[in-house]
Amino acid sequence: MDFAPSAEHEAFRKVVREFAEAEVAPHAEEWDRTHRFPLDTVRAMGEMGLFGLPFPEEYGGMGADLLTLCIAIEELARVDSSIAITLEAAVGLGANPIFRFGTEEQKRAWLPDLTAGKALAAFGLTEPDAGSDAGGTRTRAVLDGDEWVLNGTKAFITNSGTEITSLVTVTARTGPDEISTIVVPAGTPGLVIEPAYRKMGWRASDTHEVRLEDCRVPAANLLGERGKGFRQFLEILDEGRIAIAALAVGLTQGCLDECTAYANDRRAFGAPIGSYQGIAFKCADIAVAADAARLLTYRAAWLRDRGERATREAAEAKLFASEAAVTAAREATQVFGGYGFVDETPVSRFYRDAKVLEIGEGTSEIQRIVIARTLGLPV
Amino acid sequence: MKIAVCAKQIPDPATPYSLDPETHFVVRPNDQVLDDTDRYGVEMALQLAEANDAEVVLVSMGPAGNLQGVRQALAMGADKAIVVDDEGLRGSGALVTAKVLAAAIQQEGGVDLVITGTESTDGYTGVVPQQIAALLGLPALSFARKVELDGTTLKVERISATGYDDVECPLPAVVAVTSGAVEPRYPTFKGIMAAKSKPVEQPTAADLGIAADAIGEAGSGQEITSVEDAPSRTAGTKIVDEGEAFQAIVELLEKAKVI
Ligand SMILES: Cc1cc2nc3c(=O)[nH]c(=O)nc-3n(C[C@H](O)[C@H](O)[C@H](O)COP(=O)(O)OP(=O)(O)OC[C@H]3O[C@@H](n4cnc5c(N)ncnc54)[C@H](O)[C@@H]3O)c2cc1C
Ligand SMILES: Cc1cc2nc3c(=O)[nH]c(=O)nc-3n(C[C@H](O)[C@H](O)[C@H](O)COP(=O)(O)OP(=O)(O)OC[C@H]3O[C@@H](n4cnc5c(N)ncnc54)[C@H](O)[C@@H]3O)c2cc1C
Repeated sequence: MDFAPSAEHEAFRKVVREFAEAEVAPHAEEWDRTHRFPLDTVRAMGEMGLFGLPFPEEYGGMGADLLTLCIAIEELARVDSSIAITLEAAVGLGANPIFRFGTEEQKRAWLPDLTAGKALAAFGLTEPDAGSDAGGTRTRAVLDGDEWVLNGTKAFITNSGTEITSLVTVTARTGPDEISTIVVPAGTPGLVIEPAYRKMGWRASDTHEVRLEDCRVPAANLLGERGKGFRQFLEILDEGRIAIAALAVGLTQGCLDECTAYANDRRAFGAPIGSYQGIAFKCADIAVAADAARLLTYRAAWLRDRGERATREAAEAKLFASEAAVTAAREATQVFGGYGFVDETPVSRFYRDAKVLEIGEGTSEIQRIVIARTLGLPV
Repeated sequence: MKIAVCAKQIPDPATPYSLDPETHFVVRPNDQVLDDTDRYGVEMALQLAEANDAEVVLVSMGPAGNLQGVRQALAMGADKAIVVDDEGLRGSGALVTAKVLAAAIQQEGGVDLVITGTESTDGYTGVVPQQIAALLGLPALSFARKVELDGTTLKVERISATGYDDVECPLPAVVAVTSGAVEPRYPTFKGIMAAKSKPVEQPTAADLGIAADAIGEAGSGQEITSVEDAPSRTAGTKIVDEGEAFQAIVELLEKAKVI
């Protein structure tokens, strides 16, 4: 059994950690406070090749595996979840569907800018009345001559309204029992990007409601086969869940590193608070949570990198890592006492950022359903 | 065109150092990092190489360890590395280091430009670049904050006490760049993977034609006889400002002969 990262994976982890500590951590509090999407930092990540990690070199990618992407997301999330989700969504939800289901022409047209981080793609599945139940999609696309005419609303769409968003891929009904995936280029008349949500966490990540009002795109913008939209979505879901699990691992590790340093430093009753078991044991528990979540995540990534299915393993990693992150962030805030409740302290941001991990890319309840079904239960 | 960059592997400054109680030398871990100051030299070399279609060769002396620090520079984009590692080099001082680096550069041959940092993070004698230049009989341009190549003329902005001087000289030459002269790139994953298969030569001093008695502690004419802890700092003087604090500060500075 061996799913240990190689020496090159570890060398890469060091590079991303250094970048995160030098270019992200010092600004994360301000970006969070001002809800600012840090475009310059995204561009710098593009130059480092982060947006092209799991894609082949012929499309401008780095030819790396899913584990490498997980390591990058983990190291970014260790200091800031917003920047990590920007990368995760851009790669997992934005570029991946184009790469997986696009024609050669579509790939050549869209991927080079996406893999270089010069452009971002968004994926619109969720609707105001259809989230977990994605099959309940109401958005419609009707073929009119050689154009699709789209009408509907998508909710909570990450990276849909940045200055460099180049496209939003949406799922839509193209017939009574038929969901298809269609690429809508940014700037298309009828594609309306609503003002950004005011969020509890992930505040420096870009999230909007997106409306489609008689929005016309060429028939050639159909992504993959007509009527296969839902199945296609299910296919890329596992990788997305593994990447979110990596984000949760990073957040948990961030909590651990912050707490351990603080517990050694902060004194009460004449001794460091880390000398009291009540605090030391919290740190120990967070360490175990980080390791267990990391192992589940790396196992799932490793299976995918070997070309195997990993639906259950991905759901397990996502479920465990996100719930561990929420617990870790709550306990880390406790270790910091009153300082954990004010914005200047990273763990207070981590606490707000953690919750959504149990919601996005399939809620905890949905992960449990997926896992229970693999146990043969009729849930 | 060929550019040689002197780059040192050092123990990670973020982790505590320890000294060998017998020899008093710094214990070199297997994992070392590229000296931060040398990243600027590597970046400068890569930028000049990109503009002038040159090859970049790293030259390093010191315990090779697992070559992690050298691979960092290769991952940034350097083409190959020469790492001189030899038990006999232990305890070598700056001049011996310069002799070894100069010999490696000479043996490599065809080098048009040698780039170094200004001062290493761990040794910080700041003399190796000039010594290499003298040994190779080349002009030494130091404290460069900007470096340009115009054909075979090297033009640099040399930081001075009051600003900077424009200095130029013909190639070949040695130039020591300052930290901050350029912004070192972060290696990409592709760069890290490529570094794995880039050539790393590991000659001994003898391979470079340097005699065994010319290196190490003996060759350097130096010996560490003892190492003592620096005296711990005594408590400072507290000046409470009641409107006159500036006078007390001026007095202190005068006493310290700072002003
Ligand atoms: C910040 C953010 C970014 C997002 N980015 C994107 C994006 O880029 N693209 C995109 O398409 N979507 C995105 N989403 C949407 C996200 O995927 C959905 O919010 C999520 O799937 C849940 O859907 P919902 O909000 O409609 O909740 P619902 O589906 O309405 O669920 C409400 C509650 O009911 C529970 N529930 C539902 N069905 C069951 C069941 N059968 N059994 C038990 N419990 C059940 C859920 O677990 C949940 O607790 C984002 C969301 C957020 C908050
Ligand atoms: C076995 C062994 C053990 C050593 N142990 C030590 C030790 O414990 N402490 C220590 O400081 N040094 C050690 N060295 C390295 C060597 O002795 C020093 O590099 C030398 O004294 C140069 O001094 P400096 O670092 O002050 O150079 P500076 O003149 O301050 O450096 C200026 C620039 O010169 C170049 N340069 C300097 N040294 C090297 C080098 N070694 N390789 C490549 N480029 C270089 C770099 O570009 C640097 O930025 C060891 C070497 C060997 C072989």
